[in-house]
Amino acid sequence: MSLQDKDRIFTNVYGYQPWNLKAAQARGDWDNTKALLERGQDAIIQEVKDSGLRGRGGAGFPTGMKWSFMPKESKDGRPSFLVINADESEPGSCKDREIIRHDPHKLLEGALVAGFAMRARAAYIYIRGEYIREAETLFAARDEAYAAGLLGKNACGSGYDFDVFVHRGAGAYICGEETAMIESLEGKKGQPRLKPPFPAGAGLYGCPTTVNNVESIAVAPTILRRGASWFSSFGNENNRGTKLFQISGHVNRPCVVEEAMSISFEELIEKHCGGIRGGWDNLLAVIPGGSSVPLVPGEQIRHAAMDFDGLKALGSGLGTAAVIVMDKSTDIVRAISRLSYFYKHESCGQCTPCREGTGWMWRVMERLRTGDADLAEIDMLQEVTKQVEGHTICALGDAAAWPIQGLIRHFRPEIERRIAERAGDVREAAE
Amino acid sequence: MPKVKVDGVELEVPQGATVLQACELAGKEIPRFCYHERLSIAGNCRMCLVEVKPGPPKPQASCALPATEGQEIRTDSEMVKKAREGVMEFLLINHPLDCPICDQGGECDLQDQSVAYGRGASRYHEHKRAVTEKYMGPLIKTIMTRCIHCTRCVRFSEEIAGVDEIGALYRGENMQISTYLEKAAEHELSANVIDLCPVGALTSRPYAFEARPWELKKTLAIDVSDALGSNIRLDSRGREVLRILPRVNDDVNEEWLSDRGRYMVDGLTRRRLDKPWLRRDGKLVAATWAEAFDAVAKINPGSSVAVIAGDLVDCETMFAAKKLAGALGSTLLEGRQTGLAYDASNLAAVNFNSTLAGIEDADAVLIVGSMIRDEAPLLNTRLRKAVKKGAKVFIVGPEWDPTYAATFLGDDLSILGNLPQALVDAFEGASKPAVILGGAALGKGALGAGLAFAERFKLVRDGWNGFNVVHMAASRMGGLMLGYAQDGGIADLVAAKPKMVISLGADEVDFTKFAGSMIVHIGHHGDKAAHAADVILPAAAFSEKDGTYVNTEGRVQYSEKAVFAPGEAREDWTILRALADALGVTVGFDSFDQLRAAMVAEVPALGTEGLADYGALPAAPSDAKAEGVIAGYPIKDRYLTNAIGRASPTLQRCSAELVHGETFAEAAE
Repeated sequence: MSLQDKDRIFTNVYGYQPWNLKAAQARGDWDNTKALLERGQDAIIQEVKDSGLRGRGGAGFPTGMKWSFMPKESKDGRPSFLVINADESEPGSCKDREIIRHDPHKLLEGALVAGFAMRARAAYIYIRGEYIREAETLFAARDEAYAAGLLGKNACGSGYDFDVFVHRGAGAYICGEETAMIESLEGKKGQPRLKPPFPAGAGLYGCPTTVNNVESIAVAPTILRRGASWFSSFGNENNRGTKLFQISGHVNRPCVVEEAMSISFEELIEKHCGGIRGGWDNLLAVIPGGSSVPLVPGEQIRHAAMDFDGLKALGSGLGTAAVIVMDKSTDIVRAISRLSYFYKHESCGQCTPCREGTGWMWRVMERLRTGDADLAEIDMLQEVTKQVEGHTICALGDAAAWPIQGLIRHFRPEIERRIAERAGDVREAAE
Repeated sequence: MPKVKVDGVELEVPQGATVLQACELAGKEIPRFCYHERLSIAGNCRMCLVEVKPGPPKPQASCALPATEGQEIRTDSEMVKKAREGVMEFLLINHPLDCPICDQGGECDLQDQSVAYGRGASRYHEHKRAVTEKYMGPLIKTIMTRCIHCTRCVRFSEEIAGVDEIGALYRGENMQISTYLEKAAEHELSANVIDLCPVGALTSRPYAFEARPWELKKTLAIDVSDALGSNIRLDSRGREVLRILPRVNDDVNEEWLSDRGRYMVDGLTRRRLDKPWLRRDGKLVAATWAEAFDAVAKINPGSSVAVIAGDLVDCETMFAAKKLAGALGSTLLEGRQTGLAYDASNLAAVNFNSTLAGIEDADAVLIVGSMIRDEAPLLNTRLRKAVKKGAKVFIVGPEWDPTYAATFLGDDLSILGNLPQALVDAFEGASKPAVILGGAALGKGALGAGLAFAERFKLVRDGWNGFNVVHMAASRMGGLMLGYAQDGGIADLVAAKPKMVISLGADEVDFTKFAGSMIVHIGHHGDKAAHAADVILPAAAFSEKDGTYVNTEGRVQYSEKAVFAPGEAREDWTILRALADALGVTVGFDSFDQLRAAMVAEVPALGTEGLADYGALPAAPSDAKAEGVIAGYPIKDRYLTNAIGRASPTLQRCSAELVHGETFAEAAE
């Protein structure tokens, strides 16, 4: 009962057709968007709420509810803004990129619909600096939409004025954090802000702002066209809809594929990726949601439902659904150590636990990789990750801690083996 | 008034208070590094974590969390203890722990808090981070390896000083605090970051390795480098004042101090007059006190005496000199050394009536002829706050960078008679309008025009007096209260051709005009007046005597003696008392207490600390009009404004490097 072609939202995710406006309109984008807007702001938000759409950026916050936090009218003359997070930098994630380069008009239409629903004056699309071609496509698509009167003054003839600005980042992972993104958009150093105040109260330039992932925004028009009940017919309770899964690593055919939520891991891999390299017995572990979620051993995940709750039950998370598959040829400690290096490199340096802790964790991980450590240091590392987790301004500290916690939880024997082995080597050498 | 519970104790906290403030009200100490009352909240050190219910099941940064009704805050739980230990451990892993050679040792937040809140030992066995030094100018010594990235210095520069010159480079554990392009911090308040730095990353360069805080005697004193009367603390050891630090006084200097006031300290031990000198055959030769007094007695001036008070002297000295002159039969007293001759018959007209704290509330300000940043640096931070609250500022005079938005109206004073519409609109719509007249305006006779301006826009209204004059000399308001003002200014003294001129540290006077007079200089530095003097009587600097000072807003403040004057130098009042004997007159006091009592009896306002009441503003003279072009401001070099500053190697270096752009090669290390 996997997803049928007729139910796919992203019909051009592989780029078999052109991305341009004409082709997009042939696929159904920008089809009488005016009528969608005429339903009214509250009706749109209600429809999205009913669809059960949860944010696709990783945290899984209900999208409709997020939109409803925006002020219904401006009491002090401040405009509202929509910021679309296209700073896709999570290792393993590559879905927003496919949307932007092959289906940019879905995103732009979504921006208008979502922006209208939350009474925003404009949308800012913050695109990752490394996405050069994608940014070119997005700029061109936006210009097309403006030229066709779909955006700008009186967008789509609806009488609503709505601008879309595309802003290129400079390649910092932390700018994918919503408040750091706002800082960066304002031209400052990308460092997360303290919350409260939340962006819905005071965000971009101090105005009410909602930050949404590209995918969350891009699916909105289709949900409105086909109805909340259609969207919520996929997936388990509380995990509704379809989702772009990005499978990388040791599968036979890595791919980005749109599937129903709650599909089992085995089905996802067998159907779309041609199975695990070397068969299921060769599966070591899976990072199911991008680098910041804990890994799950292969035997546990095989029949798990790929959704927010199913993976939470395994002590991991869906994240952005960037599934990193690792077979038994993987040096798992080295793999996690590499992720630790990533977080050390990308920590913004603002708050103490993350600034100092990420470097410490990476250095210990490097020693654990070679076994050049003491057994007690495994517990110490675990404690250090706990000292980072939950003590920082933003979630990067958590993201840096979780992969290591997952490793220690599931592969402690492997780490101990390396330490013991190296200790043995040293003794021999001494004789 | 939300009610919260802190560790089980219920209390009400003011609206808008943070959880940290609530804990402090409850008497709980919350450790912190980045949080500072006068700076914006950064929330980045994570040391102030507490447990708050309702809320997420993790500790919260109390400095940034608003206190709300019904919160249950715990500062003593296991979670909080663990969190503090964790943060402390992280702060220390890359901190060099070179406390024995660190100047911050003994007054270091990190040291103190690690004792109180840290774990006993380190578990970190990797290499520690080292950071290259950053050059921050002649005043700030950097050891950036010690930096814990609290960003207090960054926020101070940006928010208080208004100069975007300190920032953070790079990210993560490579983050470094630096000045822009590693140039010297150039503004007039730069050294305050030294006080703000909670660790030894930014320390005082001239004070490096001088002393430990526990060796120092602390004396409460008043800054004399400008007319604001900043409250300071003199830290001395033995006979030497080693450093000057600001004290907290929200009405005056908050807790800041200008660089000039802070670093003139090493001028106190240089170029001192430590024995009497007499001019013989055109040359100064050392003498004994007895010879010096004989020399003065020989002048035998009768009543042909004039007294000129310098910028740094205290009220007691001026009063003693006044008594001496009076006993001799003279009232020729003047303190405005550079020739200013504004009408001082009503002191309200030459006072900073809005008060320094009050000017923050002004919503329209006209500055005439004052470069506030140089003349009264901490007044500029107040004005900056006013502008942040929405005040509109207009300035008449040559352009300077005020650090906030201001409209320059040109340097021609005649604009006061022909005000631009934008200014008229701003002042008519303002609820607390203010005008500030500076020395350059007074010099051009703009006082009357200022009063007329005050009348036109009703600057004096219920609960508000917006008429202000900003002076530059610490002795000015006290001097005016004691009658150190002639109608024609110092020109009256010149015209009187006195036989003897007593200079009380009057180093800014053009003594060539007194060519026919014998000049008796009672001063502490071998500066300009000493070159012109016929008799030099070595006296005490502000740090070496008790004294009363009145600042530009009319605030009477007492300063205490930290150390003894060097060599044979004596406190000024004792010299004047002995001169009375030498000249055969009586002045009516034999002790400092008697002197002060006599002074208070004559000018009662000097007897109570706090703002003196000068009464109502006088009516503007009917012919008031201002004209002329303000060619420049009186202060040409903001570091070398007085005799002590000119003697200070630190301020000389500042002047050379920061004002005159000379470059200095760093000693190779």
